[in-house]
Amino acid sequence: MKVEVKRELESTKELRTGSDLLIETLVDAQVDTIFGYPGGAVLPIYDALYRSNAPFKHILSRHEQGSIHAAEGYARVTGKPGVVLATSGPGATNLITGITDAMMDSLPLVVFTGQVANSVIGTDAFQEADVMGITTPITKYNYQVKNVAELPRIVKEAFHIASTGRPGPVVVDIPKNISAAITLEDYDNEFNLPGYQPTKNPNPLQIIKLADALGRAKRPVLLAGAGTVFAKASEELLLFAEKYQLPVANTLLGLGSFPGSHALSLGMAGMHGTYAANMAIYESDLLINIGARFDDRLTGNIEHFAPHAKVAHIDIDPAEIGKNISTDIPVVADAKEALHALLNSSITMPDHKLWKEKLQNNKANYPLWYERSNELISPQWLLEQIYRISNGEAIVTTDVGQHQMWAAQYYPFDKPNRWVTSGGLGTMGFGFPAAIGAQLGAPADLVVSVVGDGGFQMTLQELSIIKERNLPVKVIIVNNEALGMVRQWQESFYEERYSESILANPDFVKLAESYGIRGLRVDREDEVAEVLEDVFQYDGPVVVDCRVVQLACVYPMIAPGKGIHEMLGVTK
Amino acid sequence: MKRIITATVQDRSGVLNRITGMLHKRQFNIDSISVGSSETEGISKMTFVIEISDHQKLEQLTKQLNKQIDVIKVSDITDKAIVARELALIKVGGTGQLRAEIQGIITPFRASVIDVSKDSLTIQVTGKPDKVEALISLLRPYGIKELTKTGVTAFLRGQQPKQVTEINSISI
Repeated sequence: MKVEVKRELESTKELRTGSDLLIETLVDAQVDTIFGYPGGAVLPIYDALYRSNAPFKHILSRHEQGSIHAAEGYARVTGKPGVVLATSGPGATNLITGITDAMMDSLPLVVFTGQVANSVIGTDAFQEADVMGITTPITKYNYQVKNVAELPRIVKEAFHIASTGRPGPVVVDIPKNISAAITLEDYDNEFNLPGYQPTKNPNPLQIIKLADALGRAKRPVLLAGAGTVFAKASEELLLFAEKYQLPVANTLLGLGSFPGSHALSLGMAGMHGTYAANMAIYESDLLINIGARFDDRLTGNIEHFAPHAKVAHIDIDPAEIGKNISTDIPVVADAKEALHALLNSSITMPDHKLWKEKLQNNKANYPLWYERSNELISPQWLLEQIYRISNGEAIVTTDVGQHQMWAAQYYPFDKPNRWVTSGGLGTMGFGFPAAIGAQLGAPADLVVSVVGDGGFQMTLQELSIIKERNLPVKVIIVNNEALGMVRQWQESFYEERYSESILANPDFVKLAESYGIRGLRVDREDEVAEVLEDVFQYDGPVVVDCRVVQLACVYPMIAPGKGIHEMLGVTK
Repeated sequence: MKRIITATVQDRSGVLNRITGMLHKRQFNIDSISVGSSETEGISKMTFVIEISDHQKLEQLTKQLNKQIDVIKVSDITDKAIVARELALIKVGGTGQLRAEIQGIITPFRASVIDVSKDSLTIQVTGKPDKVEALISLLRPYGIKELTKTGVTAFLRGQQPKQVTEINSISI
């Protein structure tokens, strides 16, 4: 029977499986890379992939979590949807952390999961999981394909939904009988989504209001979030800030949307933000939020957040406006369009020279600081060296914790889409696989994956990929033999009771070597420069185990429940 | 405050799950939801009765509903001229003399007895929620054996005293 079908396939080219149809639609969507892992329910899809000469590569991870974080890294760097393929049941559930991460950080993903055949859905069949039920709260949208004929439309819709408006992950669950179904026809892929019409252009009345507020503001400040990156609005943001000499603070995920080395940049605001950025927000009389969602790690205690300010909020997602911080001037729009409109408005700014001077003084008088160790490597210093030796031009991916905050503080980005980090969900294990996706998305760029010794061990099996594909990712392990941020909180708030936060680690050099990857260790300051120079020049993957001071802490810090002006550790 | 909110949605599988999941995740307190087909094929109407603490929360609710891909339109019709009805089935224990008494109670409510057995009778009542509630409390002393309600379904009256402003994302 099977032989017959195969022969038939060879004889008549029009006869295709649902899987062939899927591959065609992916080609139509101009996919160049998919990240995946095969399994029972996606065998027909993998077979179609094998038979096809589709112009995209499939990257085989060693765990589905690796696939999805790689797809996130790819999406962050390219701005295009990351595509993931996994099997039913455990394949799909292994994606859950990454899907949630993408939902929180608005990353466009199209995730295909296999599903057991329609005839056995609901019978607790082998490797069956309720993917629709599980992924509904963590996706922008999800589909289960019920009929081959709707597959091309669903895939096209999925790419549209994932990548427009506020981007997000979309799951397409494909039962095995659909992917294996034989079909002759070509199907229509036109779609109509009356309930999904994102507002791109701002309401002119709100722009007038905002321009008017700006015309009265004596202490204005801009807060640029990830929305400016997704909208590719960096150029407009720079023009706008320079035109009216407006200081710019960034959220964690907004870093790079405004040049970090620019005189108007105040750096990152929030829990571990700079004194200058946080105080600017605290003292401002007009806060213009462009594409940030007033996350609690940014605002601290909302009672004390921008208490004297009129708040304007530009966001493509209306539901973000007024969600956490009450807003005086709501602007539902794409950041680029809103900034365009503002640039076209005629605004006469009152003189705010004193305000600007004050912020410049804050910047100069309260810079980031750290205790530099004599011989041992201080992690902050290490990040400064990474910045210096990569000329500030690397794509940097991180995990979550102390090293992430140090990277955010000491690696100022001048361009967008170079900073790949897990913000909202705070996912350990994100950084290294994300670097794989970033490198595939930007093959010519230096990709540095700054990870902690804890997080790296959550997804290090993906070392296989960088070896297999010879991806020149540079893994820098900021190794303090601890879960540094947990340890820091235990030090600060739990009287140094280091409960389960000190790690016994493997030999990372040997580990890298066992994957056939170059591994290096640095213990002392005086070795760092030479090693990093060598490593960044090296054409291939490298793992560098950097032993750093264990007890370093991230400062400044807004303690939980405190206001944005109540920073600890602003000065030594 | 109790709000009556209607939503016009695409009749796609999982839409109710997506909406109730969102309401649950965002800690909205649902009194009732009723769903059914509308005048247009492929489009369903949902009516929510939701207990909400303040206006900021209410705005969040309508925005979060609007944000759903399958939701075409959301209206808070609480303060409009509306028709709102729910249906309740009430099974009350009762024989002989009591039955006549119960009949006397339900008549002014224009409720009807739709099933009778040896020791019970089932009453159907349709109306605004407060009317239905009033009848239920009157019947409670007779011993309610079973009670089920459909939840409120509602829409705007044909004529509105003032102009109706719809709540949607475009208006801001």
